[in-house]
Amino acid sequence: MTGPAILLLLAGLGAIAWVSARARALRLAGVARASGRRDAVHSLPGYHGWYVALWTLIPAGIFLAVWANVSPGLVTQSVLADPAAQSLPMDGFSRSAILGEARAIATGAQAGAFNPAANALVEPYRTALSHYGIAGAVLALVLAFAGGAYAFTRVRPDFRARTRVERLVMATLLIASLIAIITTLGIVASLLWESFRFFSMVNPIDFLFGTKWSPQSAAMGYGNEDAFGAVPLFWGTIFIGAIIAMIVAIPLGLMSAIYLTQYASPTVRKWMKPTLEMLAGVPTVVYGYFAALTIAPALRDFAVMIGIHGASSESALAAGLVMGVMIIPFVSSMADDSIAAVPQSMSDGSLAMGATTSETISRVLIPAALPGVVGGVLLAVSRAIGETMIVVMAAGLAANLTLNPFASVTTVTTQIVQLLTGDQEFDSAKTLAAFALGLVLFIVTLLLNIVALRVVKKYREAYE
Amino acid sequence: MSAERLPTDWKSDAMRKRIARRYAAERRFKAAGMAAVLLSAAFLAFLLFTMVGNGMRGFTRTEIALKVDFPASPLLLDPANITDEALANANLPMVTSTVAQKALGKDADAMISPSAWIAIRDAIKADPKILARTETIDVPAATAIDLAAKSKGSPEAEAQVARLRQAGLLATGINWGFLTASDGTDPTQVGIWGAFKGSLLTMLVTLVLSFPIGVATALYLEEYARKSWWTDIIEVSINNLAAVPSIIFGLLGLSIFLNLLHLPRSAALVGGMTLALMTMPVIVIAGRNAIKSVPPSIRDAALGIGASPVQVVFQHVLPLALPGILTGTIIGMARALGETAPLLMIGMRAFIATPPGGIVDPATVLPVQIFLWSDEVSKGFVEKTSAAIIVLLAFLLAMNGLAIYLRNKFEKRW
Repeated sequence: MTGPAILLLLAGLGAIAWVSARARALRLAGVARASGRRDAVHSLPGYHGWYVALWTLIPAGIFLAVWANVSPGLVTQSVLADPAAQSLPMDGFSRSAILGEARAIATGAQAGAFNPAANALVEPYRTALSHYGIAGAVLALVLAFAGGAYAFTRVRPDFRARTRVERLVMATLLIASLIAIITTLGIVASLLWESFRFFSMVNPIDFLFGTKWSPQSAAMGYGNEDAFGAVPLFWGTIFIGAIIAMIVAIPLGLMSAIYLTQYASPTVRKWMKPTLEMLAGVPTVVYGYFAALTIAPALRDFAVMIGIHGASSESALAAGLVMGVMIIPFVSSMADDSIAAVPQSMSDGSLAMGATTSETISRVLIPAALPGVVGGVLLAVSRAIGETMIVVMAAGLAANLTLNPFASVTTVTTQIVQLLTGDQEFDSAKTLAAFALGLVLFIVTLLLNIVALRVVKKYREAYE
Repeated sequence: MSAERLPTDWKSDAMRKRIARRYAAERRFKAAGMAAVLLSAAFLAFLLFTMVGNGMRGFTRTEIALKVDFPASPLLLDPANITDEALANANLPMVTSTVAQKALGKDADAMISPSAWIAIRDAIKADPKILARTETIDVPAATAIDLAAKSKGSPEAEAQVARLRQAGLLATGINWGFLTASDGTDPTQVGIWGAFKGSLLTMLVTLVLSFPIGVATALYLEEYARKSWWTDIIEVSINNLAAVPSIIFGLLGLSIFLNLLHLPRSAALVGGMTLALMTMPVIVIAGRNAIKSVPPSIRDAALGIGASPVQVVFQHVLPLALPGILTGTIIGMARALGETAPLLMIGMRAFIATPPGGIVDPATVLPVQIFLWSDEVSKGFVEKTSAAIIVLLAFLLAMNGLAIYLRNKFEKRW
């Protein structure tokens, strides 16, 4: 019997259980009412239905989930016990290749065998598969019936079916909320584990403070010393994400927020705010393509025109400019929020003293909102340094320690993509280096976010 | 008696100058603000116009009117018996090449697309009677001709285009293949259907996983959990997950889903799972805000007439909060739809020429397809990349529009 058929059958059983238990509860409640014991009825009939349906489905479902993981092993064992399996080679690799092939033919995933030895095993496989398939299906159905029958006998007017069902609902909600923690732990554990393996091959000091990055040479067998110095990557990341992008994003974002909150008419604000927010909604791969196709060649031509040496068609400036534009809405909405949080009385006081609007903004509102703006900028920086596609497509791969914005630099995220999308074995220092870079990126963005939220929170309290 | 300070003489020259200077500064400041807004908007407009300008050409193709004299051609087909098998055995590619050389000259093979025979096959299939006469069939042009006709190509191609134009043989048709075909090596033949289907499957997995988990988490945190160190940990992890760079989720997917659980590489299943982890915090945060905005009086009223806490939430709070939750979900899904980096990490950058049949088949998604095409050397891919970007942006716009519509239609002020 196939998996979907069993699931369909179980679902049908669950539905029958629901209907019959509900009918029974309804009838019993009617009897109880007729005999004058109104208060003896606890739950609505539907809850009895759910109670029995869940008892039918959950034990059988858990059993099937376990069975799906256990039965392949049992099938293989019974095939190996077959006389036809005695001639299998002892070498583990070719042995499992033959077994896999026989299995594929038996399930119909493959038409014929490349290895003749597999043919002999097809028949034992087929019998074992159907054997264990039937066994699993029968056991699941028995469990479903047993669970349903047990629950069905408990359906009585004074049985607290609702309490039981609600307890399960609460457990489900609690488990769902645990997924966030599990994900965080998964990220931390996987990054730490792979980084640990990397640092057992490469000295952490060399990694954090070395200035030469050439994982290719390490992969070619020149040794790991001097190949994994990540400083050029850190510099490229800071240069693009924290310097060039911010030079674009801070003035534009801040001034946009000021104009839209303080000067613009409600109509202009209503239309321009969503328009600017569209900048944050454009996928980064589109920005990357735009930077690589339009901005970068234009900048290179410009650099050549004014006579700058080392101008590359993949420049830090192109990636940084486009990234800055992408960040504008983040800076602007954070600035918007913190300016709006400044008490009206402060700007009223300033205006009443005769200050112009711009004087009020630059000498009262901005200083008062500064912590919020700084927090917003920190969040924007953390966003910018974690950004991947723009720099992958526009910033280049050369690990340069340079101040020239027209030269090519590389970033942490670019290198992670570069290191992990080739066809190398997974255990080399080269691929593991990507996880070490990921760990650094994770820690830095996390710290930036914590500091930013601290700053914003502290400042909000000052006016509340 | 001390001398009283004279009132400020607002009419004095010095004062007037000072006020004029202050007002000028005010105007400059305002102009700077306006310039910032306009510059940002102009950049957006520039980006969209560049993409649309490049991309519109990707939806069209250049066609050459090829005169086919069927009776005189070396085609051996019985008009009464046109089956797929007969057409497959008729060696149409060779026949097409011969016919084209007769009609267009010696360099015809360089002018028509290698798949031009498909157009002839379809024409015969549509009307077998044309086998008895001479018929003009529009066949797709080769990439070089296509480029030269639309913008600028190599000198030879330009010359050929000039010749074809003079003969009145060139036309521009809509490239339906772009919407129905999948990835390929020849830019005139590629399409986005495979990537689009991959995106749909991935989004389906993401939605099925992240929506229930996100809503359940939001309900638990907002309605049931008492504030404790435990809920603090949950809250902190959700806020952190919302701020973690997307590529880190890709690293998680690679090391846990692929290397530990051995799920299939570059499949929509793994992509969807990875993106679900990214989307879930967005849904939780939006969901909590929506649930928070349901007034407590509704809960009190329901509790007052005897509803249990679970009934209060599932029968009253959740239906009222649902529009807000859905808005947040759509925005989260739109973000996931445009995401590229984590999917590169789990191997979705392979060349895949057939649309995926299910969630465990190798697949690619729209943004990754854009990334792959942008790396292609052939110039014909530029317009295809931009055209794919237009499709992606149109989808994102539609999703965000739906979110705004939902918000405006169902938003309640209590």
